[in-house]
Amino acid sequence: MSAYSPLTPAQRDDLRAIAGAIIPASMEFDVPGADDPAIQADIVATLGRDTGLVREALDGLARLAGSPLAGLDPARREAVALELRAKGGAAVATLTRVVLQCYYRDDRVVRSLGLEPRPPYPKGHVLEDGDWSLLDPVRARPPMWRRA
Amino acid sequence: MNDPVDVLIIGAGASGAAVAWSLADTRMHILCLEQGDWMNPATYPSTGRDWEARAFGDYSPSPNIRARPEDYPINDDNSPIKVVNFNGVGGGTVMYTAHFPRLHPSDFRVKSLDGVAEDWPVDYDTLVPFFEENDRMMGVSGLAGDPGVPPRNPPMPPLPLGRSGAMLAKAMNRLGWHWWPSDTTVATVDYEGRARCINLGHCTPACAQGAKASTDITYWPAARRAGVELRTHCRVREITTNAHGMAAGVVYYDADGREQFQAAEVVVLACNGVGTPRLLLNSASGHFPNGLANSSGLVGKNLMFHPYAQVYGYVAEETDSNRAPPTCLWSKEFYETDRSRGFVRGYTFQFGRGVGPVAEAVASEAKGLLPWGAGHHAAFRRLNGHRLGLSAICEDLPEEHNRVTLDPVMKDSHGIPAPRIDYRIGENTARMMEHGIAHAKKILAAAEATDICVNSPILYGGWHLLGTARMGADPARSVVNEWGRSHDVKNLFIVDGSLFVTSGGVNPTSTIQALALYIADQMKQRLANLFD
Repeated sequence: MSAYSPLTPAQRDDLRAIAGAIIPASMEFDVPGADDPAIQADIVATLGRDTGLVREALDGLARLAGSPLAGLDPARREAVALELRAKGGAAVATLTRVVLQCYYRDDRVVRSLGLEPRPPYPKGHVLEDGDWSLLDPVRARPPMWRRA
Repeated sequence: MNDPVDVLIIGAGASGAAVAWSLADTRMHILCLEQGDWMNPATYPSTGRDWEARAFGDYSPSPNIRARPEDYPINDDNSPIKVVNFNGVGGGTVMYTAHFPRLHPSDFRVKSLDGVAEDWPVDYDTLVPFFEENDRMMGVSGLAGDPGVPPRNPPMPPLPLGRSGAMLAKAMNRLGWHWWPSDTTVATVDYEGRARCINLGHCTPACAQGAKASTDITYWPAARRAGVELRTHCRVREITTNAHGMAAGVVYYDADGREQFQAAEVVVLACNGVGTPRLLLNSASGHFPNGLANSSGLVGKNLMFHPYAQVYGYVAEETDSNRAPPTCLWSKEFYETDRSRGFVRGYTFQFGRGVGPVAEAVASEAKGLLPWGAGHHAAFRRLNGHRLGLSAICEDLPEEHNRVTLDPVMKDSHGIPAPRIDYRIGENTARMMEHGIAHAKKILAAAEATDICVNSPILYGGWHLLGTARMGADPARSVVNEWGRSHDVKNLFIVDGSLFVTSGGVNPTSTIQALALYIADQMKQRLANLFD
């Protein structure tokens, strides 16, 4: 018995296809696309409260495409994707956001940006002190606040 | 049956914690009821790989999106600025940027100086000892010597300038405009049991390090050691009154949803500018048919937000991005009134350091800077880690049509009527925002930033909830008197942002807490004749 999925198989296929249209794989930057199986698994597993709006966006996508998005030729797929983006609205914005938020936390993608794949806590980051002599001209100013 | 208490405080946030701590030395029986729970830093967003995504879910600043059991819904459909808050021990201080300026002396004299709104019944000098006490309790980092504000001595050194701060400082120097490292409640050294900042960077949705001061880790431990009782998951429905028109106590729902009554000699409201008028309006009775403490008709009116005009762009050099506290610098260049600008009053510029990759991707995609398809990766690498931005925190003047009322339909999980917000940005403020945008663009141009973006107002920017139960000497023009006591109900006090007569142009938490400490001090001085 397969694990529960909040999306139908057809919706999952369309989600994978539209995610790949939003962020395709790149050999130049050595990164997967958002249609990568691990990223797709993360998206589906963490839909949570966004499930309703994502389903709504995928239903709208299915209507625009008229058939499974993955089955369309590349030019038609791109045209449908652009049409969906232009249509906008809360559902499309949510679909786009869940794709982006899972893509940009994938270890391979984070590393490709020169960042460490880890949460901020507990290691934190180093912040350089900066040149405090920049304040010298400001220190020389007279008081600016009004006495009342 | 609950034993009666001497003082009952409603709300454990910025002001409730301060007033509880201050009153504790009276040895009275003090109880605080809080609708939320204690926070658990081990579960804060910055501890997990989904740290950015949670800002769109259970750590959204909007209670309507967050929708935790302890949140109440707010109908803010009729407002271009949505209310944001946090419900739990610590209140909004759990989820604020920790930017900690004070109102200026001129902010308390707007009618006298600029001919608008009304003067406050207290002045800056009166509040100075309480600002200083609050700075010690919260733990403020900053740098003395700022010509833009009255003298003060923050107990900790400022946050580092970092790359972003240095870029912005150079731009401001090129223009000859004022800037200064911000006062913040981020601990830059180990302070009173709190560990110093290690630059988690994700400060606003709660600090897992405990470096950012929230009252659950500052005032509350001290107040509880001094004997104050704090009950969580207790949502107050109404304040009841007796035959003499005095507050008798409150009806609340406990953690199990059971209705309880708590009697009290004194009731202190600390629910801020939406929660406090909501509770007063929900406490209408035969004796107070228009809501409690509302003979002036001003409960809920004069809501002020501080509309934020946010402007940002992208520079060639790498910025600090999300790898440092977002609080950075402030500028008071346009704070005091200059009528040649086309408006009165003014604003603070609050400078930021940048955002994380998910926030950058989502915002840039929405702005049309980040394409879908083949150009996505190159565009993202040009944007991510290169953002530089600032916001004008614009003074909002009190206007009675901007108000909190009770929604006729919407209710919270206990069936209590929810607040409804009706708000529009005033003409003076709108001109101020345009000025702020134009001058922010000049700053970003001086920093050689491109691809300039504007969010004005910031949609989910209703952090500062002010003015809805204001203080004053005239009972016809104010809800409470000069020291926070209701004109109508002599044992009812208000200590939160509702008190503000005008908003100033700064983040208000420092002034809210100073006012709470001032009112507590006034109460202690008048204990023998508090109700006269």
